[in-house]
Amino acid sequence: MSRHYIYRPLAVMAVLSAVACSKLLPEAPPDDSLLDGPVAGLTSAELQRFLAGDVAFNDEIFNSASGLGPLFVAPSCGSCHAGDGKGHPVNALTRFGQTDANGNQYLDMGGPQLQHRALPGYSPETIPIGTTSSVLLAPANTGLGFIEAVSDADILAMADPNDMDGDGISGVPNWIAVKAYSTLRPNAVEQNGKYIGRFGKKSAAYDLLQQTAGAYAQDIGVNSAFEPFDVYSGNEVDPEVPNVIVHDVVFYLQTLKAPIQRRQTDAHVVRGGEVFNQIGCVKCHVAELTTGPSPIAALSNKSFRPYSDLLLHDMGLGLDDGYTEGSALTSEWRTPPLWGLGLAEDSQGGAVYLMHDGRATSIEEAILMHGGEATVSREAFVQLSMIDRDALLAFLKSL
Amino acid sequence: MFQRLRILSSIAVAAQVMAVHAQVDSVVVDTTSTDSASQRLNMDAVYARPLNTLGTSAVALGGYAEAHAMFAGTDGVNEGWSFVIPRLTLFVSADINDRIRFLTEIELEEGGREINIEYAALDLVFHPLFTVRGGVVLNPIGAFNQNHDGPRWDFIERPLASTTIIPSTWSNVGFGAYGKTSNGIWTWGYEAYLTNGFDQRIIDNDQGRTWLPATKENSERFTESFNGSAMTTLKTALRHHRFGEVGLSWMGGVYNKFQDDGLELDRRRRVDVYAIDYNNEIGRWGTAITGEWVVAHIDVPEVHSPQYGRLQSGGFIDVVQRLLQRRMLGWDNARLEVAGRFETADYNNGVFETTSTNIGDCVKAFTVGLAFRPVSGTVIRANFSESWTRDVFENPASRSAAIMLGLSTYF
Repeated sequence: MSRHYIYRPLAVMAVLSAVACSKLLPEAPPDDSLLDGPVAGLTSAELQRFLAGDVAFNDEIFNSASGLGPLFVAPSCGSCHAGDGKGHPVNALTRFGQTDANGNQYLDMGGPQLQHRALPGYSPETIPIGTTSSVLLAPANTGLGFIEAVSDADILAMADPNDMDGDGISGVPNWIAVKAYSTLRPNAVEQNGKYIGRFGKKSAAYDLLQQTAGAYAQDIGVNSAFEPFDVYSGNEVDPEVPNVIVHDVVFYLQTLKAPIQRRQTDAHVVRGGEVFNQIGCVKCHVAELTTGPSPIAALSNKSFRPYSDLLLHDMGLGLDDGYTEGSALTSEWRTPPLWGLGLAEDSQGGAVYLMHDGRATSIEEAILMHGGEATVSREAFVQLSMIDRDALLAFLKSL
Repeated sequence: MFQRLRILSSIAVAAQVMAVHAQVDSVVVDTTSTDSASQRLNMDAVYARPLNTLGTSAVALGGYAEAHAMFAGTDGVNEGWSFVIPRLTLFVSADINDRIRFLTEIELEEGGREINIEYAALDLVFHPLFTVRGGVVLNPIGAFNQNHDGPRWDFIERPLASTTIIPSTWSNVGFGAYGKTSNGIWTWGYEAYLTNGFDQRIIDNDQGRTWLPATKENSERFTESFNGSAMTTLKTALRHHRFGEVGLSWMGGVYNKFQDDGLELDRRRRVDVYAIDYNNEIGRWGTAITGEWVVAHIDVPEVHSPQYGRLQSGGFIDVVQRLLQRRMLGWDNARLEVAGRFETADYNNGVFETTSTNIGDCVKAFTVGLAFRPVSGTVIRANFSESWTRDVFENPASRSAAIMLGLSTYF
């Protein structure tokens, strides 16, 4: 028998290996179907920082040896922000102990955040009897650097605390105390020693450093030089995560790309955008904002489309949990950016959980839960023809 | 006696997968290379290795090495080629007496970064049905753990469930007994061991999931028990000379530190692993079938995150088909085989209480391959594998694929 019996398969293997390797590997999903990835225009050095932050955010999972807990909500950043998208109710946060602008009255009883999970041998926290609380779903991380780079003046320009234009929509900033470790923005606006918050469901975080250091401490039970007090013991402890890692994660969050709208030229989607404007959604969900100067060139003076005014609005009794942060009322919530809404199901396990606590399981349901300042728009939505309603939903899913 | 046992079991090297004759060219090395198919069980794999005796010495040496190249990518992110020597393993065996034998398996992994004693046990034969074994033993859970040598397999990667749910290679310090009997048609065997076991790392690790292999990071498990509680491993296997071998095994014990310095810290929390395995070689067709299914129950504290699974399951099935066995490329009895594997591992069975939705955290994969065995103890392999991994929330799966070329050989 000739040797070609063995040469042939070997030749096939060689051909497969040499020629077809990359063809056999999975292709990348379309860029507009993913929330992760850096903004365009980062330098090589910035891309390396982005990657370092990506690893710390998505791959580093804490255990007791590396600082987890002993009380915690989740063992990693990525646990709550799968694919950098919206969080799942399983890893929702619960906060309690504050009902007005006088601050949290339960800081000595575990407030403001409930750590409802614990390492073996420890007992998790419980909410003190009689205390009101809010369940908060983790938001998507995308485009946060753009939001951070909006000037205070631009945010204030959208505010209408006394509803001077009579459209029923006010919009106010959340005036908060800034952490000592945060750096004030150029031309930051101050009011009675407080500044405009812009991150979190109540806009109670000034910048991404506060958001990140706070999440390490409150969500994972990992202390840093920025937030050195252990939520379990109350004692100041040695840093469990180095400053450089915290800064890398902040940089990662700052430079995650903004979601890319899909089907932008689809007539149905275009019509939905028109309906979105017509029924007044756009008054709070402001389509386009512009950044000011930023130390990251790729974020400087850029227009972006978050569909948010970054202001607090009264959303009515139905969404009033009796808990608040900063100067916000308990019924007030920051307008959540709508970008990435259509990709929510890709990070929420194929379902959608919307509103601050995930109580809405469809976009339509979420719209119908709007009250307070959004009542007029909600009623206008109810009155829409089926065609326009479908178009609006198609538009929202394209974001 | 041991010489006889060696003869009974040796060279199932390839016999576990296919065929049988070890071949050594050196005239100064006496290689054990006989087999007894009628009495072969998976449990014999520990001694079913080609060991080379130098002269008249009672000490025999051997080992195996693996190396491969991999071209892999996930969701469009191409990692390019990487070249890996995952393990180099050395065997030393000694016939101390006619009925006392010692064997050790020392593994150097990742270019020597890790050095592990995977096996180092003394066997004392009292009866074919009762041999006492003590030392560092391979817990007989499933089949792969005791039968893991690279040259035996046509696949470059080890089975997922057998390495991530059963943390193969999983060995511990302990004692036990084994035995087997055969009437020529049926062969029955058993194994029973008490060893050190798992520790709290299985739910407190850097994987963010219940992860039994995390215990292997505790090097102190070879010097003391984590909690003073022994782990039990039991296995029984039955082989019919035509229909193959079925094994049933269980491994269980307390994994947490429930007391320390006389103080009660927690209640005793158990981990129990159950496995069923099957292997058969249909000689007439040149077809070998190997499979294993494992289920693990872990008593995770109620206050821990639901992303740490309380129930895990998974397994694999391999089919290896001989295409040619003849003189090829100058080797007299070379074989060419095609192989396929389907496997799955679910690290967190169940539903979330919060949403009543399925918990994901699972992976499914298939591998196809071609293997050329110039001699029974050496294999050159080409594999293509593709896998789909879903996160704990069952978000859209990430898709990975790899092309692997490798070789593995006993020496």
